[in-house]
Amino acid sequence: MADTTTRAKVRWGLLDVAVVVFALTPVLWIMSLSFKTPATLTDGKFIPREWTLENYRTIFATDQFVRALINSIGIALIATAIAVVLGAMAAYAISRLDFPGKRVLIGVSLLIAMFPQVSLVSPLFEIERQLGLFDTWPGLILPYITFALPLAIYTLSAFFKQIPWDLEKAAKMDGATQGQAFRRVIAPLAAPGLFTTAILVFIFCWNDFLFAISLTSTERSRTVPVALSFFTGASQFEDPTGAICAAAVVITVPIILFVLFFQRRIVSGLTSGAVKG
Amino acid sequence: MSVNATPAGADVAADGTDTGGGRRAAVPTQRDNGRGKVPLSENKRAERRLGWLLCAPAAFVMLAVTAYPILYSVWLSLQRYDLRFPAEREFIGLQNYVTVLTNEFWWTAFGVTMLITVVTVAVELVLGMGLALIMHRTLVGRGIVRTSALIPYGIVTVVAAFSWRYAWTPGTGYLANLFSDGAPLTERASSLAIIMLAEIWKTTPFMALLLMAGLALVPEDLLKAASTDGATAWQRFTKVMLPVMKPAILVALLFRTLDAFRVFDNIYVLTSGANETSSVSMIAYNNLIRGLNLGIGSTMSVLIFITVAIIAFIFVKLFGTAAPGSDDGERR
Repeated sequence: MADTTTRAKVRWGLLDVAVVVFALTPVLWIMSLSFKTPATLTDGKFIPREWTLENYRTIFATDQFVRALINSIGIALIATAIAVVLGAMAAYAISRLDFPGKRVLIGVSLLIAMFPQVSLVSPLFEIERQLGLFDTWPGLILPYITFALPLAIYTLSAFFKQIPWDLEKAAKMDGATQGQAFRRVIAPLAAPGLFTTAILVFIFCWNDFLFAISLTSTERSRTVPVALSFFTGASQFEDPTGAICAAAVVITVPIILFVLFFQRRIVSGLTSGAVKG
Repeated sequence: MSVNATPAGADVAADGTDTGGGRRAAVPTQRDNGRGKVPLSENKRAERRLGWLLCAPAAFVMLAVTAYPILYSVWLSLQRYDLRFPAEREFIGLQNYVTVLTNEFWWTAFGVTMLITVVTVAVELVLGMGLALIMHRTLVGRGIVRTSALIPYGIVTVVAAFSWRYAWTPGTGYLANLFSDGAPLTERASSLAIIMLAEIWKTTPFMALLLMAGLALVPEDLLKAASTDGATAWQRFTKVMLPVMKPAILVALLFRTLDAFRVFDNIYVLTSGANETSSVSMIAYNNLIRGLNLGIGSTMSVLIFITVAIIAFIFVKLFGTAAPGSDDGERR
C-alpha cells in the first residue's frame, strides 16, 4: 500500500475519474437538456448545440412552479426548525441525563427510521381528511418532522457526546452564571452539530416525494418534486421536457452547492455514531 | 430516508459520575454519592424529570404520527371502505387480506420489490465497498472524489429519475440506442434494470460513507504487520479489514435493505408501474390515491409493515448484538 510510484498514482487517478464521471453524468445531462432549444431537444446529443435560457423563463413565468417552490422552501424550513429543536432537546437528555425509558426512546426512533413510509400513507390520508389537514402545509410538516426526528436525535446525540461538558463547570468556577456558561461556552461548541443536522434534515424534507404526492392535491401545498411529475408545459400541446429539466436544475443546484460546501460536516454527520457505539 | 446507526449518546455513564450541566441548573443541590442503596435522591429524581420532559415532545410527535395511524390502518383494513362508494362501508373481517393475498398483481409487485431490494443492496455493497476504499485510500484527489461522491446523495430522487428517464428515451436520450433500437422503458426486463441502475446510482454513496466510517477503524499497524508477514492485498482485505468492519457492514446492510424495500420515486417517474414494474409501495399508492380504496390500500399498508418488521427481525436475530436496536452489549 505504501508504494507511491507513478503507476500507483495513475491507477488511483483513473479510479477517481471513474467515480467522478459516474456521480456527475446524470446531473450534467439534465442540465444540458435544460439549456437546449425545443428544436435540438430531441437530437440525443449530450452537449447542447444551441444554448437557450428559454426553459428557465418559462417555468418562472408559470404560477405552478413558483407556488411549488414557495411550498417546498416553506415546508422544508419549518419542518427542519421544529425537528432540530425537538431533536436537540431529546438528544441532550439522551447524551447527558440518566433516566428510565431512555433505551425505549432510542429503540422507538430506530423503528421509525426503518418504518415503511407507504404504510402511513393510507391512514394519514384518511386522518388528515377528517382533521382538515389534507392538502395543507401542516399536513406535510407533521410527517416530515416525524421521520426527520430519528435522524436528528442520532446525529445530535453523537455530536453532543463529543462536547467537553466539563468546560461548562470550569466556566462557572471562574464566575460565569449558568446562562453565560451556556451562551459563551456550550452554544458555540454545539452550533456546528446543530447546523449539520439541519442540513441533513432539510435534504430529507426537500427530497420527499411519497408523502407530498399522497397528502396534497392542489397548488396550495404541492411541493416541487410533485409539481415536476405533473408538469405539462405552458400549453397542453407543448413538450414539457425542457421545462421539467429547468425546474429540476433549479431545485438541484442549491442543494449540490450546499453539499459541496459543507462536504466534511455532512460526512461526519452521516457517519457519526455509525461505528463508535 | 436513511439514518445512521448507533446513537453514540446512549452509553452515558449510568452511575452518575458526571452529572453537571442541565440537571445542576434545575436543582442546585448537593451531588449524591449514594451508590444505589439510597432510595432516590432529590437530585436523581430531578434528573429523571428533566430527562422525561426533554424527550416528551419528540416522543409524542413520533408516536402520534406513526403508532396511532398504523393501528388505525389495521382497523381500516378490516372494513370494506371505498371512498367512491362510502355508503357500502362495513366491517368484513379479514376479507381484504384474502383479496390482496390471492391477487396476482400483489405478488408480482412483491416479487419485483424483493428482486430490486436484493439486487440493488448486493450491488451497492460491492460498489460501496470499492468506493469507500477509493475515498479512504486514494493517493490523488481525495477531496474531489469525496465531494463528487456526495452529489447523488444530495440530489432529489425525482430529479435523478427524470434524468435517467430522458437518457433512455428514444430520440432524446444519449443512452437510448446503446443496446437495441427499441425503447428500453417499454419492456419489462430493461425497465427493471434501469430502475435498479437509478436506485444504485442514488444510494451507493450513502452505503460507501457508512462503510468508510468502518474502514477508518481498521488499525493501520495491523495492515502493515499483515503486509510484512507476506499477506496479499486480498488477504489483508478479507482477513484484517472485513472482520473489523463487520459491525459497520451489518448496519449499512440493514438500513439499505429496509430503505430499498420502500422503493417508490424512481418507479413512479421511470415507468409509473407499467409492464408489471410496480413495487408494493407503488400499488398501495395506486389503490389509495388513484383507486380511492381505503380498505384495500390499508390492507397493503399493514402487509408491507409486517414484511418490513420480519426483515428487521431476521437481521437482528442473525446478527445478534451487532445489529442496531438490540439492547445489550456495547453496541446499540
